[in-house]
Formats: sequence, C-alpha cells, structure tokens
Amino acid sequence: MRRAFPRGLVAAAAASALVLSACGGDDNGGGDTGGGGDKPASVKLGFMGDLTGENSGIVIPPKNGAQMAIDEYNATNPATKIELVPYDSQGVPEQATALAQQALNQDKIVGLVGPAFSGESQQVGPILEEGKIPSVSASATNVTLGEKGWKYWHRILPGDRIQGTGIGEFIARATKAKKVFVIHDNQDYSKGIADFVTEALKGKGVALETDVIDPKASDYSSTVNKVKPAAPDAIFYGGYYAQAGPLLKQLREAGVTARFLSGDGSLDAGLAKGAGGTNADGAIVGCPCLVDPTGEANEKSKKFVDAYKAKFKTAPAIYSAEGYDAATAFVEAIKAGKTTSEDINAFLSTVDVPGVTKQIKFGANGEPAGGDVYVYEFKGQSYTLLGSSKDAEIS
Amino acid sequence: MFENLINQFWPATVDGLSLGAIYALVALGYTMVYGVLRLINFAHSEIFMIGTVAALFTVTTIGVSAPLSGLALIGMLILLAVVGMLVAGASAVALEYVAYRPLRRRGAGRLAALISAIGASLFLQQLFALLVIPRLFDRPQQGGRLPVQSPDWVERSDVISIGDFVVRNDKLLIIIAAVLMMVALDQFVRRTKLGRGIRATAQDPETAVLMGVNIDRIVTATFAIGGAMAGVAAALYLMRFESTHFFVGFLLGIKAFTAAVLGGIGNLRGALVGGFALGLIELYGSVLFGSEWRDVVAFSVLVLVLMFRPSGILGESLQRARA
Repeated sequence: MRRAFPRGLVAAAAASALVLSACGGDDNGGGDTGGGGDKPASVKLGFMGDLTGENSGIVIPPKNGAQMAIDEYNATNPATKIELVPYDSQGVPEQATALAQQALNQDKIVGLVGPAFSGESQQVGPILEEGKIPSVSASATNVTLGEKGWKYWHRILPGDRIQGTGIGEFIARATKAKKVFVIHDNQDYSKGIADFVTEALKGKGVALETDVIDPKASDYSSTVNKVKPAAPDAIFYGGYYAQAGPLLKQLREAGVTARFLSGDGSLDAGLAKGAGGTNADGAIVGCPCLVDPTGEANEKSKKFVDAYKAKFKTAPAIYSAEGYDAATAFVEAIKAGKTTSEDINAFLSTVDVPGVTKQIKFGANGEPAGGDVYVYEFKGQSYTLLGSSKDAEIS
Repeated sequence: MFENLINQFWPATVDGLSLGAIYALVALGYTMVYGVLRLINFAHSEIFMIGTVAALFTVTTIGVSAPLSGLALIGMLILLAVVGMLVAGASAVALEYVAYRPLRRRGAGRLAALISAIGASLFLQQLFALLVIPRLFDRPQQGGRLPVQSPDWVERSDVISIGDFVVRNDKLLIIIAAVLMMVALDQFVRRTKLGRGIRATAQDPETAVLMGVNIDRIVTATFAIGGAMAGVAAALYLMRFESTHFFVGFLLGIKAFTAAVLGGIGNLRGALVGGFALGLIELYGSVLFGSEWRDVVAFSVLVLVLMFRPSGILGESLQRARA
C-alpha cells in the first residue's frame, strides 16, 4: 500500500501537469488581437528591470518616466491604448529570461522598454530576436549589445564605450590625476565600463592599477589594502551603487582620500547612504544620461520635470527622462497606427522626433544617433550636475 | 607577487584575523549543532542575519549623537552583543523547535533534516526581505531587499601604530571579543554540567540518556548557545560594516561553515582555528593572486587540507574535548 501510493501519485501529478500546461498556452491566444485586421483596443508594452532588488533605485525612475509617457498618450483617448506591464527581474539574468518567455508567450507584448541592466539584456536579447519583439532600453549601456547584429534591439542612450571614454578623459583633464586605481566587480556592465575608462586613461599616459571585488561579499579589505600603498590620485569604480557605497566607506575609513569616481550604475542617493556620513562628498559620477531635477537644461526638460514632479511627488532621478523617451518611441509607433511587433520595429528604424534628452532616432544597429556624457558631483545625500564630461570643471 | 605580500603583510594579517574572528563565531554554531545532532544547520546563516537586524534596530532606536569611541564604544558594543545574543539565541531555539524537532520526533533521516534546514534558510531570508525589514525600518515593501545602513556610531582610530603594523580599534575589538567568547564557551563546555551533557550527547546520545541526560534540553541549549555566538558575531559585524541586508548571511555562512570544517567539524577550538585560518588565507591569497581569486584560494586550501587530513586541522570532535 505504502509503495504503490507515492508512485501512482507522482505519475498522476506528472500527467496532470503536462495536460494543464498544454491547456494553459492556448487560452490567451485569441484574447489580445481583437477581431480580424482592425486595430486592437489596447496593446501591451513591457517594462523589465530590477524593480524590487538592491539596485532598484536606478530602475524605478525610468519605469516612472515610461509610465508617464504612456499615461499622457492614453489620456488623449487614442484608438489604441497602451498598457505598461512591469516585469521585475531583480537584475538577475536567469529571472529575466523566464519573464521574457512569459511576456512573449502569455502576455503577448508588442514591445519592451528595457531590460534595464546589461547582464539581463545579453540573455533576453536572443529571446526577443526570435520572438520578433522590439526593445528599447533606457539604461543598458554595455557595448557588446549593439555589436551582436540584433535587428530588434535599440537603446536610447550611448553605450559604455562613449561613457567610459568620456569619464576617462574627464579624469585625465579635470582631476589631473597622474595615477588612477580602477576597481570593478566582474559583471558585464562593470568590467565593460572599467575597461573603457582604463583604455582612455592609458591613452592619456596615466599610471594605472586594478583590482576586482566580489559583489556578494561585504568585506573589501584586500582591495583597500592594495589601494592604500598605491596612493592613487583618483579611484574609478565600475559597478553599481549597492557595492560602490560600502567600498567608498571602507576606503575612507582606511584613510584613503583620493577622489572617487564611478559610472551610471552609481548615480543614486544609495551611494551616499552606503558610504555613510560625508564619505561620498566630492565623489563624481558620470552618466550618458541627463538628470536635471531643476529643469534647467532646456524647455522640454523643464516641462518633463514639472509633469514628473506633479505625477510622482518626487523629482526625476537617473534615467527617468530616458525611460520617458524610450516609451515615447513606442508611443510614436502606435500613434502612426503600427500595432504589431514587426511593424513597430520597422517604424523604430525611421523614427525621428525630439525627445527630452535627445533626438529620438536610432542608427542601423539600434544605437541612438547622438548623446553626451554628463558628470555629477555628490554632496551630502544628493548630487548636482557639473556639466558635460567634455568641458565640466571641478570646483 | 611576493613583494606585494611582504609590503601588505601586516594589513593583510590584521584584516584576515578580524574577518576570521567573525567567521569563527558563526562557525561555532555550525560546529556545535553538527557535533550534537550530526546536522548541518544551513539556516544558521539566517540566524546571524537576524542578529544583525536586531543589533541595527537597537542602534537606530537608541540613536547616537556622534560616533562613539573608547569606553562608550565598548559599552555600546556590549549592549548590542547582548541584544544580538538574546535575539539570535531565541531565533535559533525557535528554529530548532519548528524545523528540526518534529523531524527528530518522527525518526526522520538526516536528509530530511538537511532539506528542512535549506528550506528554513530560504524562508527566513524572504521573510525578512518582504516583511520584517520593511516594517522595522519603515520602508515600503520594495525597500526590503535594499541594504539597511545604521547611523554612524563607530569612531575609527588606530589603536596600535608601530611602523607598518597598524591596528584599528574596531578590528582589535573584534579579535579580542571573539577570543573572549571562545574562551568562555570552552570553559562552559568543559566545566559545567550542561557542558558535560553536550559532550555526552555528542559522543553517544543513547548512553547519555541512560546517564540521565535530557536530550531535548541539550539540543535546545546547543542551538541557543550557537545562536548566541552568532549574535555576538552580528554585533561585531555591525560595528565593522555599519549596514546589513537580508542576504548578508549567505556568503558569510558558507565561509563560516568552511571554517568549521577546516578546523575540524564538531570541535569548538577547531572553529576558532579554522575561522582565523580561513580569514588569513583569504587575505594572503588575495594579496598574492588578486582579490578576485580570494574565494578560489580559500576553498582550494580547504580541499587540500581535507585531502590530507580529512578530519580538519584540529581533528578532534566535541565529545573528546579534554576535560
């Protein structure tokens, strides 16, 4: 009795699982496209990124920006409304691929804003290519993404080659550092940007030393012990603020006073919080994005900032405007009557409208047609715009 | 490569010992539970995490006007250690009661207990990420996975400064505290009746029962003591890093367990030796090969030691502690 029961149960469970999964796939098939060849009443646009994990601080603002663009469009009572479906990958590539499958097969999205991080973009890209779903990322900056020949992939901000080179040249020019210590955590994005900064600095004849940290560990003392005797003029960290903050904290506590710089992954108040006290003061973070909380940059930016503040009761942060522009690209496509993923993708290669951060226009490989690198300086718990990396000066 | 080691020898040694001290205290929990129950308590890393959350909550609630140093720092540290011990010890006892005792009652095999341990570990991680941390520190639910910073309460200064040999106050405190706790525990196990009971149960549970030892009480005490040690480690961790998050136990737990095995699983002194050894190996390894090789070096040494001395460095186990 005892032996037969579990075996039979297992077999029954396996069989019913197979049957149920086969049923589940078909149910959503007919739902979304309404009737025949008419424009559907609503299409689904996905947003994928780390919405609840430790680096959500740089993903929630672009989601808000995208949501705002979509809500503004839906408020005009168009023939086809857009529904923004969030996918919380927590920045983990494995989770992202599972969600991408779900988005494609069950939710039947026609486009994706994101994924937010480069690591997950690497894994999700092939799935979207196969499913012919266009994507516009507002924050994935790794260079190799644009070199894979993907036809359905786009991004609205310049990649890490431009960001890294811009930051590297800024370090050489504005900080006049003779020796720089470059640290990263070996992830796709982090190593990518650290390598470009290193290349740019080598080109300017700056002496370099490097080290790598483990993003899961809390103790960076071996790195700190390397930095101290090296006595660099500046330290560049490639990675995210969840590690940049504690790393900066441990450096300052060990008595390292060198200027700390990082890339867009660290452009969040979390850097100052993680560093604690005034340790983050004077830290300079670059970004291929424009964060303009006071709306000074231009008229469109001011309009965006005011609307964002009214809607979300907080100032826009990193990538909010880029998220808005990414969603705007899709909005323009749907305005033009394109409602299938292939039509939208074809439209994206021709779109050419002014956005908040730049002209919304994509090159042949999905990269944006233009874009500057901006640098920001931290003081207290927040940061201010210093200017473009080409000409900004440190006060 | 070796000039680096000579240059950075003292900083690497001090940092290795202070990191190793935390490993050692957490390793005690693993080693004691294994000695008595032959169970690897995977959820012990979450007991440590719970201790850090409790300590951080205490510091935040008490509030400090300025970073502390000297006696005030030691006083605060003792307070946090006591809070950590109570909360982590209680959590460990509760964990035993919920996750392991029912299995023991039914004579379940060790595999079932292991699976229960892994399940408990995951459950506690997510419980804290989703419910406890957001509620305790007043963040919306999305903020539960983010690291939580404590107010700056530690004034760091160099206590010993002889040329290259520089020891910061917090690192020195960590090493001293760990050694003190270890000595106290060692004396407890060797001299008290409860300690004798623990050793007897570790040696032979059935005979221990015949000798009048209450196994359930021993097991509870073992978990409580192991949890308390993790609580002290949590307070020390908080002093060093001034932050915590729901996943902080994961890597530290693996390293601490490695330290326990390295020193001789089931052996209390082995936990101390293994902890310090692992900390030093990690730091020296990272100086020689680069920080990214830190873990590779640590685990490679573990494999080598076990190949030639499978019972670990000190080898003996809990039951054979010299009385």
